Amino acid sequence: MAEHTAHHTEGHEHHVVPIRVYTWTLIGLLILLIVTVAAGFIPMPVWLGTVVALAIAAFKTSLVMAFFMHVKFSGKLVWLFAAAGFFWLVIMIIFAYADYITRPWEPVPGF
Amino acid sequence: MATQTIAHGEQQRVNYLNWKTTVASWLFTYDHKRIGILYLVSITIFFLLGGIAAALIRMELATPKGDLLTSDVYNKMFTIHGVLMIFFFLVPSIPAVFGNFVLPMMIGARDVAFPRLNLLSWYFFMVGALLATIALVKGGIDTGWTFYTPYSSSFAKGEVSLAIVGVFLAGFSSIFTGINFLVTIHKMRAPGMTWFRLPLFVWAMYATSLIQVLGTPVVAITLLLVAVERSLRIGIFDPNLGGDPILYQHLFWFYSHPAVYIMILPGMGVISEVISAFSKKRVFGYHFVAFASLAIAIIGFLVWGHHMFSTGQSIYASILFSFLTFLVAIPSAIKTFNWMATIWKGRVHWEAPMIYALGFMGLFVIGGLTGLYLAAMATNVHLTDTYFIVAHFHYVMVGGAIMAYLAALHFWWPKMTGRMYPQSWAKLSALLVFVGFNLTFFPQFILGYMGMPRRYHSYPEEWAALNLLSSAGASVLGIGYLLPAIYLVWSLKYGRVVTERNPWGARGLEWELVDTPPDPHNFERTPIVTRPAYDYGHPEEPTGIIPKPRPVVVGGKDG
Ligand code: HEM
Ligand SMILES: [Cu+2]
Repeated sequence: MAEHTAHHTEGHEHHVVPIRVYTWTLIGLLILLIVTVAAGFIPMPVWLGTVVALAIAAFKTSLVMAFFMHVKFSGKLVWLFAAAGFFWLVIMIIFAYADYITRPWEPVPGF
Repeated sequence: MATQTIAHGEQQRVNYLNWKTTVASWLFTYDHKRIGILYLVSITIFFLLGGIAAALIRMELATPKGDLLTSDVYNKMFTIHGVLMIFFFLVPSIPAVFGNFVLPMMIGARDVAFPRLNLLSWYFFMVGALLATIALVKGGIDTGWTFYTPYSSSFAKGEVSLAIVGVFLAGFSSIFTGINFLVTIHKMRAPGMTWFRLPLFVWAMYATSLIQVLGTPVVAITLLLVAVERSLRIGIFDPNLGGDPILYQHLFWFYSHPAVYIMILPGMGVISEVISAFSKKRVFGYHFVAFASLAIAIIGFLVWGHHMFSTGQSIYASILFSFLTFLVAIPSAIKTFNWMATIWKGRVHWEAPMIYALGFMGLFVIGGLTGLYLAAMATNVHLTDTYFIVAHFHYVMVGGAIMAYLAALHFWWPKMTGRMYPQSWAKLSALLVFVGFNLTFFPQFILGYMGMPRRYHSYPEEWAALNLLSSAGASVLGIGYLLPAIYLVWSLKYGRVVTERNPWGARGLEWELVDTPPDPHNFERTPIVTRPAYDYGHPEEPTGIIPKPRPVVVGGKDG
């Protein structure tokens, strides 16, 4: 019916993902879990540890988004919204850092 | 669809209210209209409970001595009041009730994109509300609605974690509603319903949904972290455990400032509808009003630090946030001016929804402008944490958002129920709300300016008169809110029966093509939209038409 006129951007509903893909994604995530734990035992400076942990986490997130959440098989609009989620995260971090980084710049009277 | 005309009572047309009447048919409905009604009933209960807490607060403050409530009970009262009113009334109010009820009709759809998710969102809301209520019954919490750390995470007694899980669930119900509306607006518009033919309420709901989807997860997780710190003593916000309390404020306000726009943007959408319907004119500067909604949603995310000018935030960050806060007032001003220009030289009809809408404009302007006093860092230091803040946000949230909610309720009530309420009572209550509201909250600006801090149950003698005035005004306001509850319920049984589709002579698919009360599937067939929104200049041209049946009819969804 009429709703179909608006449908052309997305192939989402019609795409069938083979179970294999889900299985491999799951295995990939479990391997990354082991890597995360293993990395915790390797001695390294705190900042490096943080970077490594966050990098692994980001990789896991992208696996979940791409395959479990079907973003890889979806249209541009879904990509746009997924990207917006990340962009907003960046906003949150940058503006919060605007506070943390500039706090030592000047002793503020009264604080 | 069944018979079009009603032969007075004998032969009732099938509508969304009477086609199934069991309790289960309501509790398991996928019909966006019924879900809207479920929300309406539930949030009314929380408005009442929150209102009782407010009444106790104002009774305590009627006299300088802290004699009615101990300071401990007083703290719990304003926490109950804030938590219920914000998370369980205002955030869901217009989106979940009227967004659900009219948005699909406005765009010519027969339901939202995900009807099951829609019902799930109501269940999340109810379970969250239940948990929060249990927390309040089991002795209450005294953290304030802001749950500031480290007090909330390390010191506060009571069921803070339970309340937090309640708010968390309500947050997810809000996210579900947002996702649903975004997809509905993108995917379910009827043929011919282009983006710039959308009613401005839909634009406002689109902007609101963006905030709900992008902001709410942050507060949900942040609150959960507070609960984690409480139970597991992992240091996140408490400096004693190696955490940072200011980080909590950043994360909390990253959502909670945008959240104030979750509360006001849908209200602005309602005002666009009502003002144009009762001025019989297209909204002036349609595109500007539409884009102003988006601008508010986006810039609204960049200003949260204005809640932290005096809590240890770096002065440089404060300068940035102050500047951006001034920017966000511009789109709000654009809207206000455009509404005034819409009324200008319109054929104004003074029906109850219009009176509420005009009340909104008066009060919202005061609320928004006083926000600018707070956005300026120098004045903020003097005014922060005083009654000036309390007055500011009540002007926007109560004077603005709740006025708009009442305008919406009076505007769409005949469509929802098939009954008309008594106009003169409705106008009287609009007047009482306006007068009572100003009596209650205007004195608080002065009190705050004189230095009266918020969140204390006693105060020095010299502030007695203004506080008494405020408490007296609150009783007038209370009556103004009780009246609609009475005459609207009364109208369900005794009100004039409305059978015509368009009792206000308004434009829009929900008025022109949908029966009163609506058919379970809204439209016989998906309409074709032929005109822009608010086409009052061409009364003879319908906004949309229902196409003739085609040989092969694809069945609609069941509900
Ligand atoms: C027109 C633009 C607005 C501006 C410039 C503005 C500005 C501000 C500022 C600077 C504060 C922080 C004051 C302080 O704590 O020192 C504040 C507090 C607040 N505003 Fe607004 N505001 C605006 C609109 C709104 C709207 C539309 C709402 C709600 C619908 C709202 C609700 C609140 C609330 C709830 C607080 C206090 C939160 C708390 O500490 O409990 N504001 N506003
Ligand atoms: Cu704010």
